[in-house]
Order: sequence, then C-alpha cells, then structure tokens
Amino acid sequence: MGLLGSLFDYERRRSKALAAGRVVPDSSRCVQCGICSFNCPLGIDVRAHAWRGEPVNGGHCITCGECVARCPRGVLRFEQIPHSLERILSNTF
Amino acid sequence: MARHLIIGMGAAGFSAAETIRQHCPDATITLVTEEPYGYYSRPGLAYLLTNELPQSQLFPRSEQELDRLGLERVTGRAVCLDLQARQVVLEDGRRLSYDALLLATGAAAVPPPFPGANLPGVVTLDNLDDARRILRLARKAKTAVVVGGGITALEIVEGLRAQGVRVHYFLRRDRFWSSVLTPEESRLIERRLTHEGVQIHYRTEIGQILGKKDWRGRVKVAAVETKDGKLLRCQMVAVAIGVRPRLELVADTPIQTDRGILVNERLETSVPGVYAAGDVAQVVDPLTGQAQLDVLWPVAVAQGRAAGANMAGVPTVYRKGVPLNVTRLAGLVVTLIGAVGRRREPDGDLVTIARGDSEVWRGIPDVLVVHDEHEINRQRLVIKDNRLVGAVIVGDQTLSPLVQRLIAEQVDIGPILPALQSPHVPIAEVLRHFVQNGR
Ligand SMILES: Cc1cc2nc3c(=O)[nH]c(=O)nc-3n(C[C@H](O)[C@H](O)[C@H](O)COP(=O)(O)OP(=O)(O)OC[C@H]3O[C@@H](n4cnc5c(N)ncnc54)[C@H](O)[C@@H]3O)c2cc1C
Ligand code: SF4
Ligand code: SF4
Repeated sequence: MGLLGSLFDYERRRSKALAAGRVVPDSSRCVQCGICSFNCPLGIDVRAHAWRGEPVNGGHCITCGECVARCPRGVLRFEQIPHSLERILSNTF
Repeated sequence: MARHLIIGMGAAGFSAAETIRQHCPDATITLVTEEPYGYYSRPGLAYLLTNELPQSQLFPRSEQELDRLGLERVTGRAVCLDLQARQVVLEDGRRLSYDALLLATGAAAVPPPFPGANLPGVVTLDNLDDARRILRLARKAKTAVVVGGGITALEIVEGLRAQGVRVHYFLRRDRFWSSVLTPEESRLIERRLTHEGVQIHYRTEIGQILGKKDWRGRVKVAAVETKDGKLLRCQMVAVAIGVRPRLELVADTPIQTDRGILVNERLETSVPGVYAAGDVAQVVDPLTGQAQLDVLWPVAVAQGRAAGANMAGVPTVYRKGVPLNVTRLAGLVVTLIGAVGRRREPDGDLVTIARGDSEVWRGIPDVLVVHDEHEINRQRLVIKDNRLVGAVIVGDQTLSPLVQRLIAEQVDIGPILPALQSPHVPIAEVLRHFVQNGR
C-alpha cells in the first residue's frame, strides 16, 4: 500500500471510529472557559455537558472533533459507544 | 423559609447556589457580588487576552438560566458582618439577613510593592475589568514590562504578545517558577518564550516605575528603573507576584483565620452557620491537622457544592482530591498533578501562592523521581513508597489521564519500579503495558 493508500486507510479508520464515538468530559479538569462551545460548528453547548459531567449524546453532534481538539485542558475525549447503547440512541434520534 | 446568603458569585459561590437550589426548591438564595458581570470563567480571561474567546463567551449561564434557578442577585460590596444579628452590611448601608451564610470572596493579587505602582498603566489580573484594562492599554502600548511568576505572569506575557506588544519579562533569580518546575523544565519554557520574541531579563528587579505627563496633562507609565539602575522605556507594567485570600470581611470577627478562613471538612467556619469555600477557604485536614491553600477552579467548584449541600441541611463531607491543573506555558500544554515540587525551593518571583497553583505542589521529602526528557515532550513522575504521588507532563498529553488515575487511586506500582528507572525503556511504554495487563 503506497503512502496515499495508507493515508486513505487511516482516514477511513478514523471516520469509522468517530462515527461510533461520543464526546465524554472529565469535569475535574474543566474550567468552564467555553472554548469548546464557541468552536462547535453546530452550536452545541459542550461546556454545559462538561459542567454536569455528561457525555454529548444525541443526533446533533457530528463527532467532528473540533471541541476535543480545541479544549486547552484535555477535558474532552471520544469514547466508543457500546453497541447496545448505540442502537438505543439511533432509535431515539 | 430558609434564607441563604452568599458573598461572591465566582466558581464557589455559584456552585453553592446551584446545589442549594437542587436540595431546596423554595429557599431564598441571595448572591452578593461587587462585580457587575455576574458569574463568568476566571481562567477564561487568559483566552480573552489571546483573542481566542470573545467576552460574551466567558459566561457559562445565560441570564434566563440564572433566572430559572431563582437566584436573587445583589450588586454591591459587602463591608461588614453582624454575626449577632445574622446580617451582612453592604457599602451602601443595606442590611441583608441570613439563616446560613457563605463567604466565597476569592483571592486577590498582591499589590505591586514598588514606588510608582499606582500610576495608570500598572496592572494586575484578578477579574474581567482587569483583563479589559490590559486589552485597552495594549492597544496603545508598544512595550510592556511583566514581573512575577507562575501561570498568571505567563498568561499576561502571552496575551500581550498576541496583542502585538513587545514584552520584557523580569525574573528576580535564575529561572521561571522554581518552586514547582525543575531547572530543565524552566529552561524549556524560557527557550520557547525567547523564541516567541519575549525578552527575558534574569536577576532583574524593578526599583521604581517612572511616570510622565501626556499631552492632556495626565501622568502615565513611561519607564521602569531596575534596582541596578538601568532604565527601560515602556507604556505599561503588569505584575503577578501572587495572590492572597480576601479576608477583609472577617477581620475583627471571631471567625478564625490563618492565611485563609479556616473551615472544617463540612466547610463551616468556627462560627456555626457561617461557611467558606473556594480561594478564600483553608480546609483543615482532620488526619494531619494541616491546612493548605489551593487556588484552583475545580477545587472551588467542589468546595462550593459541598458547602451548598451543608447549608441546605444535607450533611456532606468535602474530601480534598489530588490537585490537578492543565495549563499552557509558552504554548506548551503542561499538566501538574499531585506533589511535584522537588525541593522546597523558594520562588523568587512569587511572594505568596499563584493562581492556578496548589501548595501540594511544593512537594514532599524523600521521594524518587523518574524522568523521560525529550526536546518538548517530557514526563516527570514522583514516587513515594511504591505509589505515584505526583507528575508533570509536558507536551504530548496522551499519558495524562492514565497517570491522573494511578495517582488518585494510589495504585501500587512496585512491580514496575525497576522498569521505570531503566534509561532504555520509555516511561509511557512501561505504564501502558502495566495498565493493559491488568496491573
Ligand atoms: C487569569 C486567571 C487565570 C487562572 N487560571 C487558572 C487555571 O489555569 N486553573 C485553575 O484551576 N484556576 C485558575 N484560576 C483560578 C480560579 O479562577 C479560581 O481558583 C476560582 O475562580 C476561585 O473561585 P472563588 O469562587 O473562590 O473566587 P472568585 O472566582 O475569585 O470569586 C469571588 C468573587 O467575590 C467577589 N467579592 C469578593 N469580596 C466581596 C465583597 N466583600 N462583596 C461582594 N463581592 C465580593 C469578587 O469580586 C469575585 O467576583 C485563574 C484565575 C485567573 C484570574
Ligand atoms: S474548552 Fe475544555 S475547559 Fe473549556 S469549557 Fe470546554 S471542556 Fe471545559
Ligand atoms: S464533536 Fe463537533 S459537533 Fe460534536 S460537540 Fe464537539 S464540536 Fe460539536
């Protein structure tokens, strides 16, 4: 596989991982600065999720990773949604 | 109906109010704040200075959300406690009665000690007004002098650089933040600052700040004179030499204080019904009898929540967690967890504790320290009695959540100590292997 092929493979694996993921906060690191909410292209109030220690669930988040990448405190990460939960979520939204 | 009164609407005050409301839907909750802005993210001010955030984004709650919580907000400064009458007196003479009182007044910057410090153009960074003032001055200033240490000093340095101001950073001794960082870590940060165009002046102290009249006849900062007599022209001077808990309100009351307001593990002061939380509070550890200061946002939130629950009649013990701060120093992400200060080395640039700092980081004796030092990404682990007690992680943060957990859960890392000390195996590999193989 050439360079392009491996890049493509990387992108494919990444988008697959992201599609099945959700953003999870570690509240003990959060300082409520709001950089995450400010940079979310869908206007999701990620900061409010971090305050409550709740994952960003639901159909709106496109798992673009912007909030995860921009948070200066390492509060946010992607977590794989367990299959059972994924099914419930996709039925709900 | 119980009347809850909270002085200060910062992280601790707001968290307490929200918690009281969760437990008591009908209680009267009044927050007194001298700042006109209400509840905002104080650490976020650093990103306001670097243009990463607009001011409007600093507020975690909208006015409607605050209204929905049913919080009465009073803008004004509390000047006196009447503990006998259970009232707080405001500057304008108003008296507010309470059944339970929370003091959440935070900490304030130590005022600059040099002659000329009250000239317009000399700034500290405590609040949104200060940040706005810095931005306003930066618009006109060509050159600034920054003195002090810790995170706040660097946040100001980077904010000013982002605004296009030339920065001279004065260090009193040989290196940056010596009470927490090793010489190598300090050097790394200093090298990056220099690379960003910041001019660091070692072993340099301000003797006095000199002013000059402008064309409108107003005196403004024009230069600093160093203790060894050098003159440096500048239009602003920023000072971050530490903070002190704000104890004005409790002076001349029976409420016991040390450096902060002393509270027990339920956050109650020596006067029943009066609580304290956040930067102003000093929580006594019942095991050691010691009380350390933290100036950390998540600590203020946790203490506010515990105080709020106790005020609402739900007995709640506050347990101090392992202090943690993730910060950016000279563009590098740095995580500090637990006890990391190697020596009790006094810090030349800080006269008290800094913001985003914890006294726990001053370190404990008889520890083993292992390092992995690369050009930018480095890890330092502090180990005592086969347990990780502290860590500094610079640059790549992949390891940081893992290390945080190992410290918080006091995991026995005895089996991997030899591997950690081996110069040939990266620390990251050893730890990952340890955790993946179910320890
Ligand atoms: C620039 C900056 C950067 C920071 N960076 C970090 C960081 O990286 N990580 C971290 O963990 N923490 C950081 N902090 C510290 C963090 O913001 C504080 O620990 C936290 O805000 C403490 O909350 P608090 O509620 O105790 O006090 P505060 O947030 O200070 O709130 C106290 C409020 O009470 C008001 N008040 C005081 N006295 C009176 C009175 N008599 N009457 C009426 N109102 C009164 C004050 O005006 C203030 O609004 C930073 C702070 C600043 C300023
Ligand atoms: S960017 Fe990070 S620290 Fe800031 S509010 Fe969002 S989660 Fe919290
Ligand atoms: S992953 Fe993207 S869409 Fe989802 S909350 Fe974060 S920034 Fe918004």
